[in-house]
Parts: sequence; C-alpha cells; structure tokens
Amino acid sequence: MALLSKKDRGLILDPLADNNPITIQVLGICSALAITAQLKASIVMGISVMFVLGVGNVVISLMRNIIPSKIRIIVQLVVVAALVIIVDQVLKAFAYELSKTLSVFVGLIITNCIIMGRFEAFALGNGPWRSFLDGIGNAAGYALILVIVGFFRELLGSGTLLGFKVLGDPIAKTGLYAIGYENNGFMLLSPMALIVVGIIIWVQRSRNKALIEEN
Amino acid sequence: MGLKEKLHSIKEDFKGKKMAPAFNALHTFLYTPNETTHSGGHIRAVDDLKRTMNTVIIALLPVLVWGIFNAGYQHYAAIDAAQGVIREASLFGNFFTWDNFIMGAWTVLPLVIVSYGVGLAVEFVFAVIKGHEVEEGYLVTGMLVPLIVPVDIPLWMLAVAVVFGVVIGKEVFGGTGMNILNPALTIRAFLFFAYPTWMSGDKVWVHGAKAAAGTPDAFSGETILGSYAQNNSVVYDFADKFFGFIPGSVGETSTFLIIIGGLFLMFTKIASWRIILSAVVGAAVMGLIFNGVVDQGWIGEGSKFYGLMSTPFWEHLIIGGIAFGIVYMATDPVSGAQTNTGKYWYGFLIGFFSIMIRVFNPAYPEGVFLAILLMNVFAPTIDHYVVQANVKQRMKRLKLKTA
Repeated sequence: MALLSKKDRGLILDPLADNNPITIQVLGICSALAITAQLKASIVMGISVMFVLGVGNVVISLMRNIIPSKIRIIVQLVVVAALVIIVDQVLKAFAYELSKTLSVFVGLIITNCIIMGRFEAFALGNGPWRSFLDGIGNAAGYALILVIVGFFRELLGSGTLLGFKVLGDPIAKTGLYAIGYENNGFMLLSPMALIVVGIIIWVQRSRNKALIEEN
Repeated sequence: MGLKEKLHSIKEDFKGKKMAPAFNALHTFLYTPNETTHSGGHIRAVDDLKRTMNTVIIALLPVLVWGIFNAGYQHYAAIDAAQGVIREASLFGNFFTWDNFIMGAWTVLPLVIVSYGVGLAVEFVFAVIKGHEVEEGYLVTGMLVPLIVPVDIPLWMLAVAVVFGVVIGKEVFGGTGMNILNPALTIRAFLFFAYPTWMSGDKVWVHGAKAAAGTPDAFSGETILGSYAQNNSVVYDFADKFFGFIPGSVGETSTFLIIIGGLFLMFTKIASWRIILSAVVGAAVMGLIFNGVVDQGWIGEGSKFYGLMSTPFWEHLIIGGIAFGIVYMATDPVSGAQTNTGKYWYGFLIGFFSIMIRVFNPAYPEGVFLAILLMNVFAPTIDHYVVQANVKQRMKRLKLKTA
C-alpha cells in the first residue's frame, strides 16, 4: 500500500509503541488517571484528544510562518481553547451524561502536555499533512493506553465493559459472582490507574530493552 | 546418600540451567551450602539473612498460636453472646481447649498456607525468569500476612493480594532488600482498598459472622476500636485487652505476647529498639494530646471523635494493631530508616500518625498500617536530612580548623 510513504507511516505508528506519549514520554498522565475508571469515558476522551490534536496540528502548521515566535504559546493556547470548546459543546449536545462524567477533564485537554508538546515539537516545523499525521498518531498512542487502562479498570473494578455486565450481576449473584467473586474497589481509585500504567510501562520495557534508560 | 547430598547433586545437575535458582533455593532453605567461605579476609558471622528471618519467625510463633486459639474462642464466645450468655475468659477454663484449637486451625491455617504457597510461587517464578537466587525475604512476609488480616477473608482475595503485594511491592523494585514499602503492609493495604466489606465492620472479625448474617443465628464481633469509634462502651476489661481475649485481626490481639516477641527481637538485635521505643513514645504523645483536648472540654460527648479521643493514651497502645505494627512491621530493616537519629524520627512519627489516623479516619478506626506505609515512603527523606546535617556539622568543624 502506497497511501503513505514509509516516513509518514512512522509518524502514525511510532507513537503507538516505541514513542508512546504516555508510557515513554510520560505526558498526559493526569487525564489518564482521572477518567479511565470506565472504558466508554476513555474512548470518548481518546477521540476528543485525537480531534483536538489532529486539527490543532494542522492549524498551527498552516500558521507556522506567520506566528511571531515570542507570542507563539499564546497563539497555540487560543487554537487549543477554541477546539476544546467545540468538543465540549458537541459532547454536551449529544452525550450529556458522558460529558458530566468527563466533567472538567474535557476542558483540561487544553492543559494536556501532549498537545502543546506536539505543537512545539512538530507542527511549528512541518507541513500540514505531516503535522496532521503526527497529531493523529500521538493522539492514537494516548488513546490506546487510555483504552487499555480503562478496559482493565472497568472490567476488574465494576465487572462491566462499556456498561454491559460481562461478569454477571453482583447484586443478583449471577455469573462469576455466584461463586464468591467480588469487584475490586481499588481499581476504581486513581492510584490503581497509576499502577496499571506502571505495569504497561514495565511490560513494554522488558519486551524492548532498547527503551530502558541509562541511569 | 542422605537428603542433603541428593539435593546437592540435583543442584549440580541443574547448574547453569534455567530452573537452577528454584533447586538452589530448596537446598539452601534446608541446609547450609556445601561450599562456604573458609579463609581470606571475610567476616564470618552466623547472622545471615536466613538466620535473621528465622528469628523473626520464632518471635511470631507465639502470636500465631494465640491467634489460632483466639479465632476459635471468639467464634464460640460470639455465638454464646448472641444467645445472651456473656463469657468470662479464663486461660485454661475455656481458652486453651481442643474445640477452640480445631476451629481456629481450620480457619487460620488455610490463610498461612495460601500466603506461603502463593507468595513463594511468585518468588520462584521471578527468580527463574530473572536468573537470580530465591531470597529469604518472603519467609517473614508470608508469616505476617495471615496475622494481619481478619479470619474470614476469602482465600482467593488473599491470593490476589499476595500476588499484588509481592510483585508491585517488591519484585518491581528488584526483590528482597530493594523494596520501598513493607510487602506485608502493601498486601493489607491492597485488601483494605479493594475489598473494604471484608476488611472492616462488625462482621468480619469473628469466624462465621458474615455467613450467619441475616439468619436467626446471626452474631457479630466488633473490635474494641470499632466500638469506641461509634461512641459505644465495651465489655472487655484491662486483662482481656492486654492478654488478647478480644476480636481483631488474627495475630494482633495479644499485646502481652507481642511485647514478649518484641523483647526477644530487641535482645537478639534483629529489631531496632530505637524504632520501637520512639514509636511507643510517639503514640503516647498523640494520645495525650487527644486526652488533653477532651479534658479541656473542646470536644463534647456528642462529637463523633469523643469515643476514641477520650480513650486513655495507654489504652490506645494495647488495643488495635498498633503494638503488632510497631514491633513486627515498623522495624523492617529494609523499608525503615537506616540512620540511628533517623530511626528515632521514623518511629516517633509512626506512633504519632497511627493514633491520629485512628481517631480521624471515619471509615476505619485503625491507622497503624497506613502510618507505617506513609513513613516507609518518607524514610529515605529522613535519612537524607540526617546525613546532610552530619555533613554540615563536619564542614563547620573543618572550617574552624582551617580558619
């Protein structure tokens, strides 16, 4: 498939694994800890960030030659803020319950280090198409970790996936609950999200020794 | 050919192979290795890791035996109490009986077996994967864990918690000797946050209470701390509390046996007397502060803190898990402070925070495990400042000399 050149493909695929924004660059941790108790919230958050980062990267890339470098941070913030408000309003209009669950964290996408990081590191120095790919790739890497963490936290913490009771009903004692299984309340607390992210980092680095830093 | 030689030849067969650490561990657990250092500039002392760990196990055995009898005793006492018969505890009359022992062993020994089985399995797996020797670190942890959980904790929960505690609390940091947190307390904290309904309340401390809840035979056993936290009075007198005829986690009830174990550990220089002493002082100071608050009338009987705040400071030391925590957990040489001055601060703050958390924690009236975990995290910081203070002092002295 020659849709993307090899270099461009790297822009999408690298952030998914060996240059993942959460597990390697350790950016965007706060929201990864805060909203991953449910898989649905994780997915929506991932999509929101993907939209903001993909579009934002293109916008910044198009403006890169006319932004005075002294006020570039302010310009970047205005762009992110505008995009975040769009996401917020769309969520409020079409998924009100979910937007209540995500609460301030949609608004806080604006402070997500991944976004400013990609603007600074990539969009300011590259063309719009490549910036778009880079934005989508990094947001996908972020979303991937969110979905993994959300999957385990919702499955083990609430016994559900996307709201479906996959392990049985804890109150009626069906499925696994009939033999004495109980939900792990620790999984619903933020510290456990940190531990899950830590385990992902651990697994990733023990599979790929090149990622281990010298210390 | 004796067992030792057999194990040794197995060890030789597996030398350099993947499973070698597992067989080496079996051998060194049972015997001194065939090759030991004989000459040269080595310190030849007998207090190796194995000896240290075994000494702590010996200090824990009386507590375990008491815990087994007490589990049975509390079970029958609670059933009696539900029918209106209040038992008068007597050591040989109704405590050391076969019925109590059988009931207690039936509930406590599975906890011990699961704790050791699962924990050692994780250790062996990690030793084989990472290619290092199995360390003795889990011997003590495995004994501590069943002693600090309620008797009726489901075994699978304990197994999950042990895997979590050993992997996250110890192995990710590099195994025995490298851990930041006390693994046994990590296991307890995991259970506490993951399955709170099995770790607190008035139904978990006595065997069978949870299963019988809602039936005509229902009975319960509230811990003393639980009663105080709800501003209730308790039926137990001083001797009951001190010698341990009270409901609680398996091993923490008998302050008397814990003191004996603690003296033994201090005498053998396994546990640091500095930590134990300063922790007791810290707990007493916090208790006195709360007593003072009550005496001043700042807290009335209507306050939800009244029950625990008005508890005399010396009583705080003999109820709940604080004695057990101070003697067996706070003195963990790996996760505690290393410098002598640091040990005083470390211990003092453990005692201080234990009582503070105990009084102010609305959900669960015990704080010693949280206090120790908190200070585990701060132990390197304490050591850092102790060392820096020493460096500064010496620098000053040096300047005086050169000036």
